[in-house]
Amino acid sequence: MKKNITIKAEKLSKCYRIGLKDKIHDSVGGAILDFITSPLENYRKYRSLYIFDDKYDQNKDDDFDDADDIIWALKGISFEVREGEVVGIIGRNGAGKSTLLKILSKITIPTTGRAKIRGRISSLLEVGTGFHQELTGRENVYLNGTILGMRKTEISAKFEEIVAFSGVEKFIDTPVKRYSSGMKVRLAFAVAAHLEPEILLIDEVLAVGDAQFQKKCINKMEDVGQQGRTVIFVSHNMPAVTRLCQRVILLENGRILMDGPSAEVVSSYLHSEKGISTCREWPNLHRAPGNESVRLCAVRVIADDGQTSDTFDIRKPVGIEMEYEVLQPDHIMLPYITLTNENGTRIFSAVDLDPDWRGRCRHCGRYVSTAWISGNFLSEGIHFVGAAMKSEARKGRYFYERDAIAFRIIDTLAENTARGDYGGRLKGVVRPQLKWDTRYHQKQANRSL
Amino acid sequence: MNSIGSNFFQNWINTDASKNNITVIKPIKGWQIINLKELWDFRDLFLFLAWRDIKVLYAQTILGFSWALLQPLIQIIIFSIVFGKVAKVSTDGIPYVLFSSAAIIPWTYMSQSMSVSSQSLVLGQHMLGKIYFPRMIFPITPVLSKLVDFSISLLIIVGVAIYFRVYPTFNLLYLPIFLFLLIIIPAGVGMWLSSMAIRFRDVKLAMPFVIHILIYTAPIVYSASSIPDTYRFIYSLNPIVAVIEGFRSCLLGTTMPWHFIWPGILTALFLFIGGAFYFKRMERVFVDVI
Repeated sequence: MKKNITIKAEKLSKCYRIGLKDKIHDSVGGAILDFITSPLENYRKYRSLYIFDDKYDQNKDDDFDDADDIIWALKGISFEVREGEVVGIIGRNGAGKSTLLKILSKITIPTTGRAKIRGRISSLLEVGTGFHQELTGRENVYLNGTILGMRKTEISAKFEEIVAFSGVEKFIDTPVKRYSSGMKVRLAFAVAAHLEPEILLIDEVLAVGDAQFQKKCINKMEDVGQQGRTVIFVSHNMPAVTRLCQRVILLENGRILMDGPSAEVVSSYLHSEKGISTCREWPNLHRAPGNESVRLCAVRVIADDGQTSDTFDIRKPVGIEMEYEVLQPDHIMLPYITLTNENGTRIFSAVDLDPDWRGRCRHCGRYVSTAWISGNFLSEGIHFVGAAMKSEARKGRYFYERDAIAFRIIDTLAENTARGDYGGRLKGVVRPQLKWDTRYHQKQANRSL
Repeated sequence: MNSIGSNFFQNWINTDASKNNITVIKPIKGWQIINLKELWDFRDLFLFLAWRDIKVLYAQTILGFSWALLQPLIQIIIFSIVFGKVAKVSTDGIPYVLFSSAAIIPWTYMSQSMSVSSQSLVLGQHMLGKIYFPRMIFPITPVLSKLVDFSISLLIIVGVAIYFRVYPTFNLLYLPIFLFLLIIIPAGVGMWLSSMAIRFRDVKLAMPFVIHILIYTAPIVYSASSIPDTYRFIYSLNPIVAVIEGFRSCLLGTTMPWHFIWPGILTALFLFIGGAFYFKRMERVFVDVI
């Protein structure tokens, strides 16, 4: 049986007017004249920011050109969400994610199009909206709860539960200004987590709080989804999106680029981003990165069978292959790779250690250097590879292509990983399989007597 | 932003009425009706926000709520010296302290709530962009929260009245009318000005001296009877005149000067109702122009 439609958006679009830049005068007279006439100018300028009457009725033909000072943040978006679905919305900054959420949560109105929403809706664009430093935790729970649309009686009924979830029982009657930022977030999220809407709109709020608390929140949100509630979740946190959502909508430039199963959409998004693939080649040597001494020809990610691959099992080794052409002999060159994760954290940099080439000058010709990253070392997620050629000098380098290619590590929860028997989230930039040793000392019953 | 409730019968047939709540989001143009039911649904929020304002205002102060007494008290003393003793303004025979307390207490309330209310959207812009609740809550809340200060400062009037042995008269029965005016005037002004202030920040800069000017447009330091008859109607179109004259008459038991009051009541109603509609009309652009 198909579930009811809870959200139906039809050709939603939103345009903003960006202020035109100020004029620059080239004479004192001009400046004075401008000063006199500027109130009128300013009035027109600030008024124009919100007058779109010409846009409301026109635009039947879906003409979303960004004219002069107009920007279309959303360009005719249509989609449907059914009861109980957890839908992720991803996309680059400026793709229209937040605008869409703001329209659905009634914060702003669309320029054209319409949306119908069935059921009680709550939006969480920020944790702790309306929190006030001078008020105590208890007072803020009530204040924040009512701002999010709860009734006072509702909050009173759930108060104990909210406080227990937040874990700040001891400080509940202390002004929030004495809280650590983590405590504030916990309390704020605890309030939000106890909302009981039929539809929940969430924007990037999991980006705060410590790992343990994040997990708690994710679990709580998963519960929300399982209770038949509809959740729309905007995030940059791809692992969280993949874990929480069955379906993901990818926005680009105000349009829906993809809408489908989360794994598919997320991986396509990550690959399209920055135009990165698992293999990059520079067929024209003159235009390739480098200089007259050496030029980069290709960078690839390969599996242990030598084939390029974009996705790797967490247990498998990953090979980074760098192909380059040395054009001038008698230089000592050090192939060098960098690995960065999707949050932009540099995981490591590594330099060629091949004993055959240590301290040796290279002849002209083509070389292929491969670095093998062992299995059970990298963490889950997308990894970006940079390729460089360094010289022995401290800062000398011939070329450096950062984020040239990317690959993805997935944890299939199979045997023989760093995960062992643990099913939860293993946070960290790497996930090495360490050698563990646990010794058992039998308790000697007599000793305590 | 029209919340179209499900039809009447469905509401009764279905036990879980909220399931059928359909919200339609679409472009909005022109004048809108004011959704009083929605405002009523958010009544808890009104109270909590007003309560927050009160609590926060005197947080970490030594004098606390005494400030609510101190501010008007000092103004009464200064006015009594400057206008009562030095300038010797005519007060129709009423002791100046008594004369000015009956005016300064409501005036302090109105001026304070007007200026806070007109800045309410600008000050609340962060919340404005993050969550939806009826926008009208912003300008109305300060008008409510300042009522607490007002009630406290009424003690001054009681004190002064006892000192001058002024006894309550039947005029006091008219007080609810003027309390009503006292509230709707700053609420009306607040709705007009807050929706302008979010678009044009000039309001913030103009507000302090407008308040300074307003104090002289109403019979606060002088008596309304000193206004020439030819200008009386125009003068009394100012709703503040109605409130001040009405208050004085209620508290001091003088004859109610209705000719100064009727025009003001009409302008006050216009200010309030017009303000509400204007606010509602402008509401849709607030977030986009922050």
